[in-house]
Amino acid sequence: MARITYREAISKALWEEMEQDPSVFILGEEVGVWGGTYAVTKGFYDHFGPKRVMDTPIAEATIVGAAIGAALTGLRPVAELMTINFAFAAMDHIVNQAAKLRYMFGGQFTLPLVIRTVSGGGRQLGATHSQTPDVIFAHFPGLKVVAPGTPEDAKGLLKAAIRSDDPILFIEHATLYQTRGEVPDEDYVIPIGKSKIQRPGRDVTIVTYSKMLELSLKAADQLAKEGIEVEIVDLRSLRPLDMQPVLQSFKKTNRAVIVEEGWRSYGVGSEVAARIYEEAFDYVDAPIQRVAQKETPLPYNRTLEQMALPQVEDIVRAVKEVL
Amino acid sequence: MDTQLYLDLYYQMVLIRLVEEAAAQLYQQGKIGGFLHLYIGQEAVSTGLISARQPQDRVITAYRDHGVAINVGIPAKEVLAELLGKATGVSKGKGGSMHLADVQRNFWGGHAIVGAHLPIAAGLALGDQYQGKDAVTICMFGDGATNIGFFHEALNLSKVWNLPVLWVCENNQYGMGTAVERASAVDEIRQKALGYDMPNSRVDGMDVLAVRQAALEVLEKIRAGSGPHLMEIVTYRYRGHSMGDPERYRQAEEVKRWQENDPIGIYRRYLEGQAIASADDLDAIDRRVEQEVAEAVRFAEESPEPPPEALFEHIYAE
Repeated sequence: MARITYREAISKALWEEMEQDPSVFILGEEVGVWGGTYAVTKGFYDHFGPKRVMDTPIAEATIVGAAIGAALTGLRPVAELMTINFAFAAMDHIVNQAAKLRYMFGGQFTLPLVIRTVSGGGRQLGATHSQTPDVIFAHFPGLKVVAPGTPEDAKGLLKAAIRSDDPILFIEHATLYQTRGEVPDEDYVIPIGKSKIQRPGRDVTIVTYSKMLELSLKAADQLAKEGIEVEIVDLRSLRPLDMQPVLQSFKKTNRAVIVEEGWRSYGVGSEVAARIYEEAFDYVDAPIQRVAQKETPLPYNRTLEQMALPQVEDIVRAVKEVL
Repeated sequence: MDTQLYLDLYYQMVLIRLVEEAAAQLYQQGKIGGFLHLYIGQEAVSTGLISARQPQDRVITAYRDHGVAINVGIPAKEVLAELLGKATGVSKGKGGSMHLADVQRNFWGGHAIVGAHLPIAAGLALGDQYQGKDAVTICMFGDGATNIGFFHEALNLSKVWNLPVLWVCENNQYGMGTAVERASAVDEIRQKALGYDMPNSRVDGMDVLAVRQAALEVLEKIRAGSGPHLMEIVTYRYRGHSMGDPERYRQAEEVKRWQENDPIGIYRRYLEGQAIASADDLDAIDRRVEQEVAEAVRFAEESPEPPPEALFEHIYAE
């Protein structure tokens, strides 16, 4: 075990998979000479060369489209979209092509494709560069959407994604890259589509993922001082959505708070709450609470931006609300 | 070129025409759902083009894809079965008219979002280049697709990376009901290659041999590493954009003028004039095709519907 950052974990996963499999290559904006705008692919260009670390024009539709085509020829491309906000320029290729080609052609097409991208606000980048629209992509059958919240999960899930024969949107979080955590030294993969209990507890179930896991863990520490033990379920992937650990936990605590960074309307909270009500209605002791981003475009001003984003105190308050 | 190949080109064009006429009938009988875009009038384009490819060359096209499907060798019965949504269709009844594909025959679809398959074509070519394969990707699209961003992104990328792609614009004069000059800043689509410093050409799409010859020459160059090329093939569709098109945007006179220049008629006269085939030889082919299409229609109509469990099949590989 080594204590490394989320960035290093992702970088190692990519590096190791590229070393093991010559069909894995990277393409995207500034992934090569620059070394990646989040420095994830720093050193890759010098080691693997321009054939396997391809700098592209700023043309998101074609980055994803070309990755789809290359995947159809049997390669395992890892396309990088600098941020998820730019994925909108590639929307057709992500949701209309990658998610549908296999089905539409009766199973003839196989797309071993990973699209890595970066989500999340909180860095004063303004409304167009700060979104957390992860859930939009999870709406489409045919695509898998993975969003790890810890370095260990990031490495194991990315390796699984690269080895998978399905198209996967792999969402990293912009403000998690410096976060450190224990990561096994050996080669390991974490199966996609499995939620995980990140902290056991008996009183309230918090369902969350990605950056909001960090905030939820802080909230749990505060609450523990007051004798409230929350159990935190990390979804880790939004599609497939693994509800088993959530339902198991809920049947024990009978109370839930769902925490996501994106907007509340039509969000992860809406989906998870609906499923709890559908599948565990008899266990409900209090209305399920949702903690999410305020319904505004995210402002530049730091104070306003932080007002819009979910905070630890919001989670603490919501937990007390359901108790 | 040996006589058999001459006759085969004729056979393929007649087969496309009769499959399309049968499809139109089946549509009018309510047996084909959704959209149906016929290839009648454009037969020489894909027939000439695909006759020039090597087996390793990939083909990808837009939604007006029945002709290409026939030319790559998909049996007419599997094409018609797909149009009828049957389990025996080439895409198992889940794609329909716009989504025919046959990976075994190196045919990668049948794509219904205008222009969206061009970046994918660039990726197919990238895959071959990466793996050191001696293959060219032939990507076909309509004139309408050259006005959307995907076209420009894909052409640019193909030139920057020197990808082995033959970009083929089938200029049939209209993007749906909008004439080329009403939607495109340049009338000759091939001019759009100039902005990407890309070799380009313009070919008569009513002449199957001209298309074949042009494609043979360009494919050889691309295979030798010359990079992408934009070929504009000038053609015309006799029928509406899709079934049910009121065709308010063009005059019957114009359609008639093009029909006088019919690709099958021109080619038939050529074969007879050059004494490559007699009228009897060609009539015999016509009759063979009529029989083949009749059998294909029967096959498609008698084929089973996909089973209910097909609904949830092929969403994911894992």
